Amino acid sequence: MTVKQKIDARGAFCPGPLMELIAALKLVEVGDDIEVLSSDKGSVSDIPQWVNKVHHEMVGITPHEGYWSIVVRKAK
Amino acid sequence: MAKQILIVGGGLAGTIVANGLCRQLREEVSSGSVALTMLGATETHMYQPGLLYVPFGRMRESELFREQRKVLDRHVRFMVDPAKHIDTDKRVVTTQSGKTHGYDFLVIATGSRIRPDNIPGMAEGAHWFYDLEGARKMRDALATFKGGKVVININVPHKCPVAPLEITFMMRDHLAAKGVLDKSEITYTYPVGRVHTLEPVAKWAAPEFERFGIKSEVFFNTKSVDAKAKTITSEEGTTLNYDLLITVPPHSGQQVITDSNLGAGGWVPTERYTLLREGSSNVFVVGDTTNLPISKAGSTAHFEADTIVDNLASLLKEDRWARNYDGKVFCFVETGLNTGTYVWFNYTTPPNPGPPSQMIHWFKLAYNRLYWLSARGLL
Repeated sequence: MTVKQKIDARGAFCPGPLMELIAALKLVEVGDDIEVLSSDKGSVSDIPQWVNKVHHEMVGITPHEGYWSIVVRKAK
Repeated sequence: MAKQILIVGGGLAGTIVANGLCRQLREEVSSGSVALTMLGATETHMYQPGLLYVPFGRMRESELFREQRKVLDRHVRFMVDPAKHIDTDKRVVTTQSGKTHGYDFLVIATGSRIRPDNIPGMAEGAHWFYDLEGARKMRDALATFKGGKVVININVPHKCPVAPLEITFMMRDHLAAKGVLDKSEITYTYPVGRVHTLEPVAKWAAPEFERFGIKSEVFFNTKSVDAKAKTITSEEGTTLNYDLLITVPPHSGQQVITDSNLGAGGWVPTERYTLLREGSSNVFVVGDTTNLPISKAGSTAHFEADTIVDNLASLLKEDRWARNYDGKVFCFVETGLNTGTYVWFNYTTPPNPGPPSQMIHWFKLAYNRLYWLSARGLL
């Protein structure tokens, strides 16, 4: 599975990485992956928490220098 | 041969760019070596933030509008003929009437639009204030509302990031002033796990909600509205009953953007510092139209437009780049019908809202009038 869309939300305070992800998921197909780049440490817990709540799928979280790469798969 | 600058969209962003360029390129525009054309959708220019006040009878409809031709510098060739297709390879924009316009520099400022139709039942069951027709209907609904369950429902993406809180506090004050607050219950729903996406704003707003008895339902992403049963249900599985449903509907970009293959959802991929369309050197994107991960707000449009004006003028006069956009956003926050605060932030500075005061509310009321100086490029 390749990443369908990348959201560079580094340095984004508002609407913020999770809000960007929620909006972007509406525009891709079921099974597509979205990668969010976030410099907000809170995203590492916020995003998986929301993804589990609405039953999408976490693909992975990779730490980088000063930011995290978080990949989510649209499951429904 | 005149250098052609074509601005697609006549909202705040496009208007500031047009007027700012006329000021900075006065000599070139007067001599005819630079020509500015704007393709707009209507003869009138609307002060969109004023819609928030219409349902509460605090602004009249007539106060929201000016003739666009009078807001624009007289050197701008303005046409009410919206773009139907944008071809950036051939550098040609085709309009709804079938005319074509070539350009040397293009500024895409087509903005966003509300899409209640994207959520089943929302258009039938909900009220909103994000367009004039919606604000009128909401004003009528408030006039006859005698108390009950009020649900204020927020969806993404949406413009004006603090409007959800403003409408909530103003509703509370409105119900109190009307004498029906004791017969009412306000529930606020928000898509992420706190009452506002900006953490410092959420930390301030949550205790204010508690103080005013406003309930909140977080992690609420709207799945559907049942207008007959008067219920709203979230993707997370929560259903709420309502007597009055007020929503901030989800937004999308304009059809011309998707039809021209310029960006999914109508949002154009944009370089965050230059505001150039990704991969382009002569197409700028401004205001709500960008896909940048920053607030869709009038102030964003204003600060971006100022940057584009400086860069386009500098490119045309001196063939050099002037400066980068730093991601600046500034928002007033109405915290009731008589108090307000504000937040500002950019790509590197987080927001830090101060305590609400009547003075800041008055500044906001003053800005409701000063807006027209902003649009003219004077403020």
